[in-house]
Amino acid sequence: MKQEITLRINGRDENVTVEDADTLLEVLRDRFKLWSVREGCGVGACGTCTVLMDGRPVSSCFLLAVRAVGKEILTIEGLSEGEHLHDIQEAFVNHRALQCAYCTPGFVLAVKALLEEMPHPSDEQIREYLSGNLCRCGGYSDILRAVRAAEEKMQPG
Amino acid sequence: MGQPEGDGVENFAVVGQSVFRKDGHQKVTGQALHVGNIEMPGMLHVAVLRSPYAHARIVRVDKSKAENLPGVAAVLTGADIAKMPGVDPYFGPAFRDQPILAVDKVCYVGDPVIAVAARDKRTAEDALQLVEVEYDPLPAVLDVLASIRPESPLVHEQHRPAKAFADLAHVKAGQQSNICYHFKLRTGDVDRAFAEADQVFEDTFSSPPAQHMPLEPHVTLVYLDENQRVNVWSASQTPSYVRTELSQTFGIPMNRIRVRIPYLGGGYGAKLYAKLEPLVTALALITKKPVRYALTREEEFLTITKHKVIAKIKSAVKNGVITARKCQVYWDTGAYAEIGPRIVHKSGYTSAGPYRIPNVWIDSYCVYTNHVPAGAFRGFGVPQVIWAYDSQMDIIARAIGADPFEFRMKHALEEGEKFATGTPVRSFGVKQSIQEAADAVGWSRPRPAQGGTKLRGRGIAAGVKAVLTPSISGAIVMMNADGTVNVLSSTVEMGQGSETMMGQIVAEELGVSFDQVHVVQPDTDITPYDTITAGSRSTYHMGNAVRLAAAKVKAELFQVVAKKLEVNADDLVASGGRIYVGGSEERGLTISQAFLAKFGSLGTTLTAEAVCQPEAIPMDPETGQSEKCTEYWFPSATSVEVEIDPETGRVQLLQFYSVGDTGTAINPRHCEQQLLGSAITHLGLSLFEEMIFDEGQLVNGSLLDYQVASIKDLPETIRPIIVQVPHESGPFGAKGVGETGTLTVSAAIANAIHDAIGIRIRDLPITPEKVLRGLAERRGEVLPKDDAR
Repeated sequence: MKQEITLRINGRDENVTVEDADTLLEVLRDRFKLWSVREGCGVGACGTCTVLMDGRPVSSCFLLAVRAVGKEILTIEGLSEGEHLHDIQEAFVNHRALQCAYCTPGFVLAVKALLEEMPHPSDEQIREYLSGNLCRCGGYSDILRAVRAAEEKMQPG
Repeated sequence: MGQPEGDGVENFAVVGQSVFRKDGHQKVTGQALHVGNIEMPGMLHVAVLRSPYAHARIVRVDKSKAENLPGVAAVLTGADIAKMPGVDPYFGPAFRDQPILAVDKVCYVGDPVIAVAARDKRTAEDALQLVEVEYDPLPAVLDVLASIRPESPLVHEQHRPAKAFADLAHVKAGQQSNICYHFKLRTGDVDRAFAEADQVFEDTFSSPPAQHMPLEPHVTLVYLDENQRVNVWSASQTPSYVRTELSQTFGIPMNRIRVRIPYLGGGYGAKLYAKLEPLVTALALITKKPVRYALTREEEFLTITKHKVIAKIKSAVKNGVITARKCQVYWDTGAYAEIGPRIVHKSGYTSAGPYRIPNVWIDSYCVYTNHVPAGAFRGFGVPQVIWAYDSQMDIIARAIGADPFEFRMKHALEEGEKFATGTPVRSFGVKQSIQEAADAVGWSRPRPAQGGTKLRGRGIAAGVKAVLTPSISGAIVMMNADGTVNVLSSTVEMGQGSETMMGQIVAEELGVSFDQVHVVQPDTDITPYDTITAGSRSTYHMGNAVRLAAAKVKAELFQVVAKKLEVNADDLVASGGRIYVGGSEERGLTISQAFLAKFGSLGTTLTAEAVCQPEAIPMDPETGQSEKCTEYWFPSATSVEVEIDPETGRVQLLQFYSVGDTGTAINPRHCEQQLLGSAITHLGLSLFEEMIFDEGQLVNGSLLDYQVASIKDLPETIRPIIVQVPHESGPFGAKGVGETGTLTVSAAIANAIHDAIGIRIRDLPITPEKVLRGLAERRGEVLPKDDAR
């Protein structure tokens, strides 16, 4: 069944007509052309389609769009302002924590949620928190370094 | 290949510097172009009905109900494609054996049978529900060793060579066998050596089929432009090949096909040769509309795999030295050969290892079965043969009381010695790599302390891969009047940093800054032919091509400057965006001034093309001997320390060192990243990845059931080590590195496990269950069998 809903995406209210079965991923990509949100597995197991919902990472491929009503949705398009990169993005570039980068938007958002929840995580906590995001280029040690660099930049002292 | 003067590892401005990658900003903001982001007006979407049988005849298809569903533009069968005038319904890089859609029979569970193009994906899927297909099941072959028996059912009655690549010219038409290609190597007198041996070692090792798992699944978009030319956007590692294949399959002239490749969300070999392109082209030709097909992850599992391999290896030892080795390697290439024959050949000939063994006998077989087709996977089959030979190196060393490190060093080939193929090895840093790996893990120090109930051990493994030869890379370098440069190359940027590598080489050669070089993405209308973005070949081949093209542009500029300033062109250098007399910088021109001197006009360009085309001497078909079988070698070594919990069988990696001989590192940090990234992926392949089949049906075909390495699997200590043995004709001495880190991971881990608990694992993956079974067997217990397999 079709219904009109309002989604709050990257700080703006957006009206959109959706089918009940539409996933948040489908709506973000097909309707709003937010191409940073990508499907990797379709079953919520790879983290490629991660977006933040009220600051928490969710797999948008595994969430119905209607369930996102009234929540703050953040994609990577809403993270940086113009050409200026967010501290986490800058850390990912400087520490070469990206290769094919298909997973990168999901990782960057997951790291944002992590550092907001735990400003000074242990290695163990980082690994646990990011274990739902896969990088098939195998760049995990670079990603760990990027997380530490972002932590330092975002939380001096 | 000639080298411009002044070479040396030192004194480079950009080469050898770990500059940041060119595509960093657009990738970290999620704005990089992928095929999935491209939309066309009226674009149709595709869904495919796949075979539920491993082997069956198609008796009847009724698609009328599906065709009448509103929103459906086409319902296509293999029989429909076979009726298209001038169209070959079969394609493939080695044999034309793979139907665009099954024509008269299906050959594996998941084989595409019917394709629907509709206004949206859901309509296409709904239409599939309305198609009726009746099958008549045939006996299937689901075991690679059973498949080679003469009485086995045939997967294909005939094998039709494709003639697409020069290195596959020796692949012959065959029939009445499931062996579609057999590579033979014979050197020395193996039988005599075995007869005279003190000891003979005989082992069988297996590697399972596995998934490449690029996070971007295959996706292809095809449309006809205003000239009715076929335009293809595809996530492919082979733009040039895709154009050739479409031209041959559809009988369309090459200049009426345009293939463009944006950034890839990973490839790892999965996106080589043709995959979705023939089907999507057929649908676009029939509907006259743009058509895009994006695979689901579940379909990805049914499209291409890593080869399952069974390797039997038998070695003779006399006076502590290996005197003979016999290798029988069976490759399960699945229902369609794809690039199997190339893998079976190129990897098959390295099956005895980078070691001095005077008598070698190799049989390497490419075998059809009714499984999902197998193709190239980062490492191109070499990880599977190293798993066998470098596990056995440890078995032999331990059995004769030799140190595994010293045993390898004693046998490793020295510069100039002959490989088993008869080819003298050059730029062959195998011993250096083994030494570095041993030093990193502290091999000479006493065995690690045991951590309570957990048991620790160390392992090392070495191996080598030879680059695909012959192959071809063409490039065009276009210099603009303002000193900026466009590089036209068909090398695909899939994460490996090829744009950055090419930018560094061209900037170095022309003496301009790295930022001034723009690399144009593959577009067969404008970028020249390249064999393939794979096989650790782009830095060498495309690197040489762009360097030589840049050198031609530079030579022309030098002529202009020499004439204008009345100096000798041989005395000129290019640096900092200027061309001047070496030693007196003031006697020169900026690039813009040189352009004005030549053309007298703004906006002009200076363009040159170059081709890098190393040749091989074809191997003798009976003995596999060749004075030159490859252009270069890339050695690998891995050392690890593991800790094993005997209660759970869990293997934890405490230390992990990945060593590779890259030649001169154009970008050292990126070389290190390639080593580690491929090593980490292979860590998952070694410890838990496996596609499990039951009667031809894939059991774990989703990411819920198939586990790959996550950040939790990262070893506590992990470090890449690059060994730089320059290659005499590599660009600035560079070789390749994309696959090196994969090669020796599995054997190093198994060797460390043996060091820790005395259990020898011969079948990948090394699951906790296999460790526990091994421990139980050693205690004389028998654990119940697992019926699930």
